Amino acid sequence: MAKKQTLKNDDINEKKRLELYNTQYLIRFAEQRAYDLFLENLVKGTSHLSLGQEAIASGFANAMQKNDKSFCTYRGHAHTLARGASVVGVLGELMQRDCGLMRGKGGSMHLTDTSKGVMGSYAIIGAHLPMAVGSAWRAQYLGHDDVATVFFGDGTTNIGAFHEALNYAVVYKLPVVFVCENNNYMEYTPIESITAVKNPAADRASAYGLESIIIDGNNADEVYRTAQKAYAKARAGEGPSLIECKTYRLSGHSRADPGSYRPKGELEHWKKNNDPITRYRERLIEFGIKQNVIDDIENNVKELVDQATEEAKNSPVPPEDILTTNVYANGGWAWRN
Amino acid sequence: MAQLTYREAVAAAIAQEMERDETVAFIGEDVAKAGGVFKATVGLFDKFGPKRVIDTPISEQAILGAAMGAAMTGMRPIAEIMFSDFLAVCWDFVANEMSKSRYMSDGQLKCPLVVRTGNGGGSRFGAQHSQSIENWAMAIPGIKVVAPSTPADVKGLLAASIRDNDPVIFFEHKSLYAIKGEVPDGEHVDTLGTAKVVREGKDATIIALALMVPRAVAAADKLMQEHGIDVEVVDLRTLVPLDMKTISKSVSKTGRLFTVEENPRLCGWGAEIVSIVVDELFWDLDGPAVRITTPHIPLPAADNLEDIAIPSVDRIYNKILDVLK
Ligand SMILES: Cc1ncc(C[n+]2csc(CCOP(=O)(O)OP(=O)(O)O)c2C)c(N)n1
Ligand SMILES: [Mg+2]
Repeated sequence: MAKKQTLKNDDINEKKRLELYNTQYLIRFAEQRAYDLFLENLVKGTSHLSLGQEAIASGFANAMQKNDKSFCTYRGHAHTLARGASVVGVLGELMQRDCGLMRGKGGSMHLTDTSKGVMGSYAIIGAHLPMAVGSAWRAQYLGHDDVATVFFGDGTTNIGAFHEALNYAVVYKLPVVFVCENNNYMEYTPIESITAVKNPAADRASAYGLESIIIDGNNADEVYRTAQKAYAKARAGEGPSLIECKTYRLSGHSRADPGSYRPKGELEHWKKNNDPITRYRERLIEFGIKQNVIDDIENNVKELVDQATEEAKNSPVPPEDILTTNVYANGGWAWRN
Repeated sequence: MAQLTYREAVAAAIAQEMERDETVAFIGEDVAKAGGVFKATVGLFDKFGPKRVIDTPISEQAILGAAMGAAMTGMRPIAEIMFSDFLAVCWDFVANEMSKSRYMSDGQLKCPLVVRTGNGGGSRFGAQHSQSIENWAMAIPGIKVVAPSTPADVKGLLAASIRDNDPVIFFEHKSLYAIKGEVPDGEHVDTLGTAKVVREGKDATIIALALMVPRAVAAADKLMQEHGIDVEVVDLRTLVPLDMKTISKSVSKTGRLFTVEENPRLCGWGAEIVSIVVDELFWDLDGPAVRITTPHIPLPAADNLEDIAIPSVDRIYNKILDVLK
């Protein structure tokens, strides 16, 4: 019988474990807050939450080094927060306030914080995969040691850009990690009903000479370990990885979605049996971490998000004069003299 | 006459044509079981089944390419590209393929298909989900371009587009999906390439399209009420073919031309109309032709910024007042 894992013999130390939990809890709490703010009519436009998918963002971000780059989709709040972007900046952007990361000009689907390596969130499916490849090319070309990670959904594996980016990255052995968050749905359509293979990312890996990697995306430890391996490989000049993380989103596709396409009981099943936060909390206890340590993390997160919410609520809407700033590199929008 | 919403008129037109012609089939992302992200195709899947109303993968190139291949070989497919912004990922099929196959084959090939797409701003979706790209489509020879402003026009022009023997890009305005209007009972088919005078006037002409039509009418009403300025409003309805007869008649009558365009300014559709008017009707003009457009910027997400970017009733009103005074 295998020896029971304890904090002492495990490769993930206590500090890292708590960080992994902290990030997940922050995402959970901030996303729930975003949803509440939407119900209060304070979040305008659309928003796509990562409730239920927190372990992926946490596992990868906690395995990254500071100069690593993240490329996200419209479902990008989690990855932006996981890299350490300010909560006020994120909530403020969702609320389209001047304190937002992009001062309300980008909105929920385009969160960007280059100071934290978040190279943008993109709302045209597939577009950011080749961009991550380009970032990796730059790293290789200039001899930098950063790795690009690109997060995308299961549905994204059916667009051409996914396939072009993979082949390209493999051909040039680029330091890029492709992370498919398979949450079972492309918007409202079950992924298996519109995809030729069962595992939309992993089953395509062999076509590009890559190892087929499928992991439990709701287990932050497993995500973290897999990420570490992929980053080590990339930094050693051994090229890209494609990782399919099985997960499930506990909210609608976007704020307008009541989720009526889900089979009865499915959501409840995942909530009850496979919520990454609940699972990780149990794991912490199993590893002998004291309840009060966990409580402290949760209370700190709540305080942080509460403060950020107030700050964002008090922030003015963006001033009208920024409508025409930053269209061109000179800061302005002039196209004629 | 029945009261339908703009989105219900979409489904009504498709149903009308599917009932009539079994070569009409409809493909797109989340369009069948879910009835579309804008709920514009609700009921079609239940009525016509999975053979004719099909949920596709996120594969826009395959969607337009397949629609084209089917059209070339005897079908009349309707393909949905959810947001018009996404047309950029499959633009090859619009710009190089469906628009040119008839010409390159000297008439041997044809592509009777419709690409329906949600166009325009007002939803606070930001720069990649809000654009008005009707002017991109207008710039490509071989494509017809339709953009209705009322439920009746949606039904009549969509039916006409499905029956048309050329590829049509059919722009549905996202901010109009909820509006209601009278739609003629029974079979309703309109004519592409016909503009409509939706408000008569004698002092100036506004040419508008889609969401800009109700705004132009509201501005015209206000100009009449507050200043006695009597503005005629022409709803363009289709950009290609362009109904210059209706435009010219109105401009010759009023002597003043304003365009109200949601597309960003450079090479917007109004530029072409102004150019034709200057060329053909110069001596009928009593003053400069003026374009009121979204500025040459990507669209912001924040509501207060988006509202000042896209022409509003007040902006149209103020500009016209300013110019005519
Ligand atoms: C090119 C393109 N096509 C369609 C869409 C509309 N769309 C937005 S999200 C989405 C589903 C994406 O599913 P998936 O990749 O599984 O990501 P998830 O939303 O589940 O995270 C679709 C079809 C888009 N944004 N871009
Ligand atoms: Mg998905």
